[in-house]
Order: sequence, then C-alpha cells, then structure tokens
Amino acid sequence: MNEAVFTTRNLTKIYLTGDVEVRALNGVDSELYGGELAVLLGPSGSGKSTFLNIVGGLDRPTSGQVTFRDQDLATLSDGKLTLYRRNHVGFVFQFYNLIPSLTAWENVALVTEVADNPMPPEEALAMVDMEKRMTHFPAQLSGGEQQRVAIARAIAKRPEVLLCDEPTGALDSKTGVIVLEALTRINRELGTTTAIITHNAAIRNIAHRVISFIDGKIAEVQVNDQRIEPSEVVW
Amino acid sequence: MIMNMLDRKLVRDFVRLWAQSLAIAMVLACGVATLILSVGAYRSLEETRATFYDRYRFATVFASAVRAPRHLKSRIADIPDVLSSELRIAEPVLIDVEGMREPASGMAISLPEFRDPAVNRLYLRRGRLPEPERSSEVAVVETFADAHGFEPGDSFEAIFNGRKQRLNIVGVVLSPEYIYAIGPGDMVPDPRRFGIFFMPEKVMSGLFDMEGAFNDVVLTAARDADTRVIIDRLDEILKPYGGGGAYDREDQISHAFLDAELDQLNAMATVIPPIFLAVAAFLVNMILSRLIALDREQIGLLKALGYRNLTVGMHYAKLVILISLAGILIGSVSGWWLGRGLTRIYAQFYSFPFLIFRQSVDLYFLAGGVSIAAAVAGAAKSIWSSVTLPPAVAMRPPAPTTYRNTFVGALQRIGVFSQLSIMAFRHLLRWPVRSFLTMLGTSMSVALLITSLFSYDSIDYMIDAIFFRADRQDATITFSVDRGPQALIAAAAMPGVMRAEPYRMTPVNLRHGHRELRMSLTGVTPDSDLSRVLDLDLFPVAAPENGVILSERVASKLKLEPGMTVEVELLERDKRLEDVTVVGVAQSYIGLNAYMHLDALDRLLRDGRQISGARISVDEAMLDELYDVIKSTPVISSIALQGVSRDRFRATIEENITTMSTIYVTLAVIITFGVIYNSARIQLSERARELASLRVFGFTKAEVSSVLIIELALIVLAAQPVGWLVGYGLSWSVMQGLQSDLFRVPLIIYTSTYATASLVVIAAAVASVLIVRRRVDHLDLIRVLKTRE
Ligand SMILES: Nc1ncnc2c1ncn2[C@@H]1O[C@H](COP(=O)(O)OP(=O)(O)OP(=O)(O)O)[C@@H](O)[C@H]1O
Ligand SMILES: [Mg+2]
Repeated sequence: MNEAVFTTRNLTKIYLTGDVEVRALNGVDSELYGGELAVLLGPSGSGKSTFLNIVGGLDRPTSGQVTFRDQDLATLSDGKLTLYRRNHVGFVFQFYNLIPSLTAWENVALVTEVADNPMPPEEALAMVDMEKRMTHFPAQLSGGEQQRVAIARAIAKRPEVLLCDEPTGALDSKTGVIVLEALTRINRELGTTTAIITHNAAIRNIAHRVISFIDGKIAEVQVNDQRIEPSEVVW
Repeated sequence: MIMNMLDRKLVRDFVRLWAQSLAIAMVLACGVATLILSVGAYRSLEETRATFYDRYRFATVFASAVRAPRHLKSRIADIPDVLSSELRIAEPVLIDVEGMREPASGMAISLPEFRDPAVNRLYLRRGRLPEPERSSEVAVVETFADAHGFEPGDSFEAIFNGRKQRLNIVGVVLSPEYIYAIGPGDMVPDPRRFGIFFMPEKVMSGLFDMEGAFNDVVLTAARDADTRVIIDRLDEILKPYGGGGAYDREDQISHAFLDAELDQLNAMATVIPPIFLAVAAFLVNMILSRLIALDREQIGLLKALGYRNLTVGMHYAKLVILISLAGILIGSVSGWWLGRGLTRIYAQFYSFPFLIFRQSVDLYFLAGGVSIAAAVAGAAKSIWSSVTLPPAVAMRPPAPTTYRNTFVGALQRIGVFSQLSIMAFRHLLRWPVRSFLTMLGTSMSVALLITSLFSYDSIDYMIDAIFFRADRQDATITFSVDRGPQALIAAAAMPGVMRAEPYRMTPVNLRHGHRELRMSLTGVTPDSDLSRVLDLDLFPVAAPENGVILSERVASKLKLEPGMTVEVELLERDKRLEDVTVVGVAQSYIGLNAYMHLDALDRLLRDGRQISGARISVDEAMLDELYDVIKSTPVISSIALQGVSRDRFRATIEENITTMSTIYVTLAVIITFGVIYNSARIQLSERARELASLRVFGFTKAEVSSVLIIELALIVLAAQPVGWLVGYGLSWSVMQGLQSDLFRVPLIIYTSTYATASLVVIAAAVASVLIVRRRVDHLDLIRVLKTRE
C-alpha cells in the first residue's frame, strides 16, 4: 500500500444551532492513501460531506487533527488554506456548480489560470469527452454533461486529490456510468487520490477501499480484493 | 490581451445587468453632472470676473461729492495704499430714444482726454472711443446698444440739465463697473430702459458746469490694503465738497449682484450633488447585495477552487467601479456640456467681454473620486460579506427566508386582503431596512422637485407683496438733488398724475455695537397709500412720529429689536452721529431698508422739509403727455416705471427658474426611475420562483404582477409625506443660500407644488413598474422552476 496522503485523528466537528449541538463528526480516525480510489458510504446526516469539506480545506474541525502529508490543515491560516485548495485539491459537487455566465471551456480555464502546472482546458475536457461542447454555456448542457465539465474543471490542474461529493447524485444510471468512468480513468491514468461520496451502495465495488460512516464515526473500512468497472455497476 | 475568466464573468454580469447598471450610472451621473456644472460654472464665472476686473482695473473704493476741485487729486493719490485714482464726472440723465414712449434712465460718465482711464477702463467692442472736443460723440454700453439695435453711427437724445441734446454713437463698450447694470428704482436689469454712456471730460464739464471740478472718484488699492482706512481718509478729503459715504467694492451694486449669484451656485454645489451620491450609494448597495446573494454558491465555488478572498472581493468591487465609471463618463460629459451652456447664459445676462471656461482637471477627479467612493461605500458591506463567506457555508443553499407572522397575520384574519396582498405586505416587512431606504430614495425625488419648484411660489408671493401691497405706485420719480415742498406740488400738477406722495432718502451707516450696515434711510409720510411700509405679516404700518422702522434683515444683522437704540451715522451730514430708537420691524424682500416719519427725518437732518422724489399714480390715458413733461423737466433725473419693472422682474426670474427646474425635473425623474426600477427588478429576481409558481397554480399575469405592484405602491405612497417634509427642509437650506443683502426670498411653498412633485414622481414610478411588469408577463416558467434557489 502507498503512504497516507491524509491522516485524521479524533476529528470532531460540532455545529451549534441555537441551543442544539450537532456532532457532525465525532472522533474520526482515518487515512486516505496515495493513488487510491475510496468510496464513502453512509446514511444521510452521518457526516460524509462534513468530513470531505474538512479534508478539502473548505471547513475547519472543532477539534482533532487533520494532516495533508506533513501539514496540519486545522491550524492553517485562511490564506494558506486557499493556496492548499488551489494547488492540491480538485472538487466535484453534486450540483455541478458551474458558473452560469461562463462557457464550458471558460469554466475550466477559471481553474487553470490560477494553477501551477495545469493541462490545457481542452485536454481536460477531452478526458471527459466534452471537447465538442466547449463553447456551450451551462444552461445549454444536460446534467451529465455539466457534471463532466465539473470533473474536467477539477482535474485540469492535475490535483493530487480529487474529492467528489455525490457526483452522480443528480444523474440517471447511464450518465452516472459515464461520469464514474471518467473518474476511474483519471484515478488510473494520473494516479490521483480520489474520494467519492455516494448513496449508491452498488458503486462500492469500483473502489479500492470503502469507508462507511454512521453517526459521525467510521463504522467500517472494507478493502476490495476485486474491483469492477463502472459499466458493470448494477444501478 | 486575453481577459481572464473572472473578468469575462464580470463583463457578462455587467451586460446582463445593463438596465440596472445604467439606472445606477445615471443617478451617479446626475451627481457628477450637478457637481461639475455648478462648481464649473462657479469657477468660470469667478475667473471671468476676476480677469475682467484685473485687466480693466476695476476700482476697489468708490466715492462721490457734489462739486470738488480737481486739485484734490494729489491728496487722494497720497492716501496710503492707493495705487491709482480717477476723478470723474458722473451724472444721471434722462434718455429719449426714438420709438420708445417712456423715458429711459441713463448715466453719463466722463472719460479722461488723450489717455485711458487709470481705473475702470472700457473694453471696446465696436467702433472707437469719443474724441475730445467732439461734443456729441458718445460710447454706449453694449447691453443698451443691443436692446435698441444701436450701432456706431446711430444716435439718440439725452436731457442734460433740461436741455435736450442729440448724441452720436461712435463706439460700443463694456465696463467692469456695469457687468450687472441695474437702473435706479429697478429690481432686475432692463437694458432697454437703462443706458450708460461715456463722453469726453471736457464736454461733460461744459454740460454740467463742472470746469476744474469732479463729482465722482474711483480708485484702486493695494491688494491687502484696509479699505476702511482709505474710505475714512477719502471721506475726510471730500467732506467740504458735499462728499462722504465712500464705499467699498463689496457695496458696489454690480459686484454685489455677481457675488450673490456666485453664492447661489455654491449653495447648489453643496446641497444637490450629495443627494445623488447618497441615492446612488444606496442603489449600488441594493443591487450588489442581491447579486452577491444570488452568486453565493459561485463565491463558495471560487473559494473552493482556490481563489483568494481578495480576488473574489475585487471581482465585485470591479463591477461597482465599472458602473461608477459609466456614471462618471456620462456625468462628466453632460456636466461639461451643461456647464458651458450655463456659463454662456450667465455671460449673456451679465456683460462680460469674454468668457473663460474653467474646466479644471481636478474637478473631474474630485467628482470621479467622490462617486467611486460613494458607490464602493454602498457596496462595502456586500463585498465584505462575499469575502468573509466560508466556502463550505456558501455552497449550501441559504436557509429559506423566515417570515414573521405578527402584524400581517392580523391583517389576514380581518379577511379583507387577498393572499396576494398578504404576500406583498410580508415581503415588505421582511426587509424593513431595504423597504425604508427605497422609500427614502423615492422621497428624495419628491424633495428635489419641491426644491426646484418652490421658487415659483416664493417669487409669486414676493411679487404680490412688493407690487400689490407695498409699492403700488405706477412710477417713482427721482430729483437730481433734494428739493423743497413745492416740488411735490409741481409733481402732483403734472398731466395725468392722480396722486403724488413724497419721499426722502439719505445714505446712512447704521451701527449697533461692532455691527454696521450701509443703506439708505427713507423718510415717508404716515398717510402714504401708494407706497407702504409692511409689518412682518404684510399689513401696512404708519411710520410713528419718532423712531426708525428697520427691515427684518437689517434688524437681524444688527441684532436689534424694537425698543433698542441704533446709532445712525449721517453720511451726508459730516458723519454726524444720532441715536434713534427702533420702533418696529418691517418686511422687505429687496435691499436693506430703514424707514422714518418724513418729519422725523427732516428733524434729524436739520434742514427743514426736503424731498428726494415722489411716488405717483397715473391716469393711463395721459401717459404720453406725462412722459413729454418729464422729458423736459430738468430736475427729474430718473423715472422708474413700476409696471414695466414688475413684468421684467417676473420674466427674468421665471426664465431663470424655468431653465433650472427643467434640469431638476429631469434629475428627479432619473432618481425615481433608478430607485423604483431597481427595486422592482430585484424583487423580481428574488421572487421569480414564487411568482412563477403562482402562474403555475393558475393565477393570471395581472394577479401575479399585482404582488410586486402592491408592494411598490405602498413604498411610493409612504414616500410622499416624507418627501414633502424633506423637500421643505431642502428648500429652506437652498433659500438660506439665496439670501443676500440684495434679495431676501421668502420660503413659500403652495399646496399645488407638493401635488405637482408627487404627481411627477408617481408617474415616473408607474412607468418604471410597467417596464418590469412586461418581464413578469414573459416569465419563462420552466426555466425559472428548474433553477435551484
Ligand atoms: N452548517 C451546519 N449547521 C448545523 N448543522 C449542520 C451544518 N452542516 C451540517 N450539519 C449537520 O451535520 C450533520 C452531518 O452533515 P453532513 O452534511 O456531513 O451529512 P452527510 O453525511 O453529507 O449527509 P447527506 O448524505 O444527506 O449529504 C447533519 O446532521 C447536518 O444536519
Ligand atoms: Mg452530503
């Protein structure tokens, strides 16, 4: 096994809404290894998105440690955290989150402009089979096409980690497969450490490891001996 | 150069929001334009005047005497700090122009021979100056020449000492002394009826029996000289020759009027532009906070992608700056254009030989800087919230707006209002600050309109007070020197004169403590019916046996009240000092005035009954005969015709006001449009889903629009009374800027003015709502419902 890219120790996140205290994460100890493809499973509200956001430098833990290589993300300044996201992390969201006033190509270029060693936007788009729709605005694209542009945007900067929060959540099975194929291909060809949150337990079999969340804790980590191709996933 | 992606988004946002951006830019442009217009016109006028004064040696001190010997020249020149002096002969005359029924007033002034005057030089517009020895040659001022179409070669008649003489015009000139040329007894310049002309000194001294003598002196003083000292020395020198009452440039009529005009421009520059800048800041705030609320997820995304907070903040700041730049551009160009136009109007109204446009770069930078600052200040809070928004929070859609049920719930239970009205009420109360500011912005338009229209009312009121209550005579005749009581009998006996009332005027300095004012003290008879002294409520009061009645401005400037004593310095009586009791305060809108019983004034001056002139009422049918007699009566030096004066006054003022109010109405409409259109658009964008859903449920287009319209209607209605109040306040402050020793404008606002202002604003609001309504009608239901809020 490769070395750990992320390590969390006793990671805790508490939300205070009025008087109610919600423990979104309740002491999570975990690792994500270089080059692996991990699937995060768990019931709604179990803390998956919270975990991914903290690991991706979008949010800070209430307590506990989260390290990226040797860097403690919990104590980084806002500016450092921004640089961390800019240089190392690619995000894919459930609702694509493209900028409506920019074309597909421009949405990707938005990222390559500020990255250190990006690939050309058209190359990233080609990896998700979207090079023919480069000049289209998000409103002119279907959901799956938008999601693929979002993936192209995430990978264009050649990130070390790719964090995907329900990338297929809003898609039908056929488009979902296309998106997953794009993700596995990138994981394989570029060696990008990839974490995918999903509600679809069938997807678990495409991963190296499956991490299951329950009530803000990791309940189980399962290592797949046998991985299947996205096209074999029974939706 | 390839634009980076954020800037592309910026440009597309700008284009998408063009209508709203333009509305804001226009409001900003108004602020910029009014600033450039008023400050620009102020500077141009100021500079033009200063240059004219400087090049043509405008005097700093003025004095007159009855008949003083020319050998005083060296004593006058020896007064410390006096740079140069000119001894002149200046005489009021009556002018008879062919084809003009009534006599005109004129002023004949001597020109030194074989040299330019050392003080108050003439600018030669056409022709040449009169040659010495040529007894009939004159140069006339341009205003008079233009009013009659005179060119060199034309001629007119003037009455010197009762002798009629034909004068040939050889030149047309301008004088720094008569930039604003107002005839005796007039309230505004009437170039047709007031002519100044210049004749060789030798000719003048022959005509007026002034060989080796002068009756008028003008001098220039060193820049930092104390003119009070010079005035005292000059009075001392001229005292034995009927002199005294030398005065400073500040008291010179033409100069004082220009000062008042400049003050007015200044008042405009300080009151109006800040309103526009504040409204623009509010509008920027409104649309930017909405834009950032809509862009919430994109902001989160940008940050998730690794964009710095500063970069994100700058992105929105740039949008604001882009809007400001558009506003500054429009404002600068129109301000420049309007400023040029306004300066030209001034140049026409006042006689300047040339115009200097002061288009200083600093002004544009100032206006631009202030506008950007105002816009960015309006945007600051929204931009800050975009910067501080944590990315993880931003990506989650905002919690649904929580509405409170308190007050509106009660309305609902009454059951009078439809669900749609209830929606409107709720929305209104959900954003109390924004609703309040929108209301305030709208009320500013109402206020601006009132501010621009109220002067009609005030002038109307003033004209009524002056011409129909106070000075109801048909004409005022002035004698060249004070006369005995038989002059009144002679005046009453002139053809067509139905009633004649005497008056006496003497120049005085009124003093109270260290405060001092120079003016004329007027003696009137208690049974005067044509010309009356009015109390503060505009009721006539008879002058009491003793004591002096002061006009309100005099009383307040000298801090005097009835019962107190004022020190009267009699300028024509060797500056003798007398203490007189203040017995009343009178209303007077023009000039500085003090009134006394004619007998009391006679006693004060100790020379028996003397009168300076008479106010007369005339039988219209006999006017021609009367004019003929007046033209041939040597003792009458001028005649002021009340009716002509009144018409001229009304015409001049209304012309000025009409120009200004056209500008202001445009400005007010732009504000209303900017405010109402923007709030309607923002409401539409916030509630597109809600409104589209209503359409899906089967509400008609009209019903759906009514949700928006009800809310805006409530805001516009609430804005009216507030606007009236603010309008009153603004009018008051503008009026303070208009007050001068020459004019005191009363603050009168008729109900119809409030109504007009409200109607204009409501009409502009309806127009902008209708435009937005078209958008409601064309709501793309599917598209709106598909987008995630
Ligand atoms: N900003 C917040 N304020 C308060 N509570 C929050 C906040 N964000 C998340 N939570 C709570 O934290 C818990 C974990 O949320 P999280 O979004 O991580 O769940 P999840 O596993 O991603 O669920 P889902 O599968 O539905 O997306 C939930 O109970 C949620 O209500
Ligand atoms: Mg989630």
